[in-house]
Amino acid sequence: MSDATADAQNEAGKVLAADGTPLKKSLRRALRTQKMRALLLIAPLLIFVVVTFIAPILDMLFRSVENQIVSETLPRTVVELREWDEETGNLPDEAAWEAAYKDIFYAAERKLHTRLGTRLNYEQTGISSLFRKSGRGLDDIGEVYQDQFKDLDKSWDKGEPWASMMGSDAFNDAMSNWKKGDPLPQFEARAGIAEVLPETAAAYDWFARFQLTEEEKSLHKEEPWTLVHWALYKDLKAGDVSGYTGPGAEMLAEADALVDTPDFETIAIQDAFVEFDEDWADVEVWRTIKTYSPPYTSGYFLNAVDMQKSPTGPEMRDEDERIYGLLFKRTLFMSLVITFSCILLAYPVAYLLSNLPMRTANLLMILVLLPFWTSLLVRTSAWKVMLQQQGVINDVLVWLGLVNDADRLVMINNQFGTIVAMTHILLPFMILPMYSVMSTIPPSYVRAAKSLGATNWTTFWRVYFPQSVPGIGAGSILVFILAIGYYITPEIVGGTTGTFISNRIAYHISSSLNWGLAAALGSILLVVVLVLYWLYDRIVGIDNVKLGG
Amino acid sequence: MKLTKTLMATSALTVAAAGAFAAGHGMSDSMTLVSWGGAYQSSQQKAYVEPYIAMNEGVSATWDESSAEAVAKLRAMNEAGNVTWDLVDVVAADAIRLCDEGLALEIDPDEDLAAAPDGTSAEDDFGDLLVSDCFIPQIVYSTTFGYRTDMVPAGMEAPSQICDVFDLEKYPGKRALEKRPINNMEWALLCDGVAKEDVYDVLETEEGQDQALAKLGTIKDSVIWWSAGADTPQLLADGEIFMGSTYNGRLFSVIEEQKQPVGMMWDAQVFDLDGWIIPAGLSDDRLARAKDFVKFATDTQRLADQSKYISYGPARLSSAPLVGQHADLGIEMAPHMPTDPENAKNTFLYNYEFWADYRDDIDAKFQAWLAQ
Repeated sequence: MSDATADAQNEAGKVLAADGTPLKKSLRRALRTQKMRALLLIAPLLIFVVVTFIAPILDMLFRSVENQIVSETLPRTVVELREWDEETGNLPDEAAWEAAYKDIFYAAERKLHTRLGTRLNYEQTGISSLFRKSGRGLDDIGEVYQDQFKDLDKSWDKGEPWASMMGSDAFNDAMSNWKKGDPLPQFEARAGIAEVLPETAAAYDWFARFQLTEEEKSLHKEEPWTLVHWALYKDLKAGDVSGYTGPGAEMLAEADALVDTPDFETIAIQDAFVEFDEDWADVEVWRTIKTYSPPYTSGYFLNAVDMQKSPTGPEMRDEDERIYGLLFKRTLFMSLVITFSCILLAYPVAYLLSNLPMRTANLLMILVLLPFWTSLLVRTSAWKVMLQQQGVINDVLVWLGLVNDADRLVMINNQFGTIVAMTHILLPFMILPMYSVMSTIPPSYVRAAKSLGATNWTTFWRVYFPQSVPGIGAGSILVFILAIGYYITPEIVGGTTGTFISNRIAYHISSSLNWGLAAALGSILLVVVLVLYWLYDRIVGIDNVKLGG
Repeated sequence: MKLTKTLMATSALTVAAAGAFAAGHGMSDSMTLVSWGGAYQSSQQKAYVEPYIAMNEGVSATWDESSAEAVAKLRAMNEAGNVTWDLVDVVAADAIRLCDEGLALEIDPDEDLAAAPDGTSAEDDFGDLLVSDCFIPQIVYSTTFGYRTDMVPAGMEAPSQICDVFDLEKYPGKRALEKRPINNMEWALLCDGVAKEDVYDVLETEEGQDQALAKLGTIKDSVIWWSAGADTPQLLADGEIFMGSTYNGRLFSVIEEQKQPVGMMWDAQVFDLDGWIIPAGLSDDRLARAKDFVKFATDTQRLADQSKYISYGPARLSSAPLVGQHADLGIEMAPHMPTDPENAKNTFLYNYEFWADYRDDIDAKFQAWLAQ
């Protein structure tokens, strides 16, 4: 069959709309416009939700794996450490120490080293002060060289001779003509200087850019960092500078000669670092830096399930440091208990509400809602007054003689306190969906069952209860999900055995500032809730949940 | 309601900002100060802010009671690139962390702070209390114990030693301790035979940490763990506990203002500092205002004035002789200061460096120990 005949047959089978286009196409177009209109209508809400809700949550969750701070702050060290075999138990080689010196020096100038110290201190205790002390001491290394060069020629300690040697003529002209208030010129290195003095050129380049952009100071006024003097020593020791003929060639040649004299004092980076803090001689410190150098890490997630990284792979933490597994289990268990006690208490109330005459029902409804409008903190603190050992309930029990004054009941600062207070606080979330479902159950069904001879119990259990299940389902989901993330109430009345995982998340967000770990814990909690929701859907069916008639 | 409030606040801000440009002194006309709320914040309001505003007409100050979460919030603001605070009151440990994170501005004490009336430089006047390059000390406070005088067992002397806290036979009854390792671990070691000067060396080791937890374990069942400074005063007032740790100013108000039967036990009190930091990243006019205010608010007289309202010791040496009477109660404040020689016979100074390093590690252990 030829193509032409096939087309003709297709054409013939199509139904056409009034304007001659195929009906399918025309319908699709109409639907598309409708969909677009609908989308446009919800667009403000959608954008609002994405921008203010979904994006921040994703951003927060992303922190649970993000670890760029190490490779950004110590870029050279990280590269050098790749070569280092931490299994041998030897410290890294000289190149790694020098890289660390340069990285930490530059980070300290930008005040970033302590931030990294805080980050790594989560993994190994002591690194925080290690970085803080080292940042303070770093100038001691370069000053050894700076002083000797300065004694040789004062120009080594001044801004202008350095600038004219390291920067291009055009840059130096611009710098000389610069007046306070003008924009500073861009730094441009002298052609060929990087071949003669590679380390110095690199170090000076950092210094120059940092001074011009961050500090906004003239390079002709500012003497270079001590790091630059150390770099100069490295270059003079390693290479030959006789080929250089630009500005300062003379003083450079003198310095070159000085470096080779036996009296020239030098200092090994490693010794200096160990002097700052003996922990630098600890292989563990280097191992930690290496382990946490990749830009993404599973470390926070391991930590969140009581595990840790080790040279041989992830392993469980010591028994006395495990806490998150326990807290996750406790949170789930207590949320379930709270949900069930809410069901037990809410069912009769909701039943009453939906079956009483309007006037009484309204009054009852206000009683249900009243605590709902009271501040959460007030309600929780009220429970404190009620439950504590010198509290209202204990006082009444002692007065009635039911409890001995010496051994009053402990009802707060434990699981019991949390369950009672949270059941009370979450009760309206159970009553309201139950009520809205129960009020739609036609009373005639119950009457019909009774008239057919069913007992009260059978009527309730076989006729009424099944129709109220969607309300229980909706209330349970609401209460359970709210309970699992609660933290103010457990914090106040939970003591040590009644706290939830959210209390630890709050601690890591606001106190320890370990946001990575908090994000990992939060992600796990989110996944747990989603899995439970999925299970719930499989078992009960989400279609059986009703928030209203 | 909320929306109107927000709208009003926004327009007020706009007006304030416009005013600042119009004034043209190069200083902003409004400041947002962050503090702890309660009696402490109102002492700052009376001692610093009211006289400052009286001197600088047209300047307004707003308080934000966020000091407890200041580090986290400041970090979030900094990441969002919109720092709305001008001056933040934090404890020294937080100031050190903010400085470490680059969230607080470094200050030059001799340039940014006022010299003492006798000409002593600010650096010497504050002395060792300048624990961080970013920290402007304000007060010395202490964490110490209060006990119910009416619950002391008959025929027994009132508790006067830190180790009485651990002695359930001599002084039965519940205790309240803070729900964190800091201070508790030190006290436990002290009462387990460790010499004061060795406490931190011992606490650095695993065995030392276990030893401290074991000592705390002897009273674990009788301890209510608090997390807010107001908890212990409430527990004491209700007779829930026999003794508990809290900040000395809280105990002062329970004893002197509320007249509860509570006594102070100053032994082994732990000194800590509270002060200001200037957030990094302020615009020039706001920074100028913040610096101007803080120079005024931390001068010798102002720090001494604050002790009229609350029993915390001024951080300047030169302020100590100026400490007078309480503004409302009319009692001499000097004997209620944690730094009073009578009270400071045996003291501890919060070891910032140690806890900056070990806080996360020991806290994990401590919380796991609590949860078991």
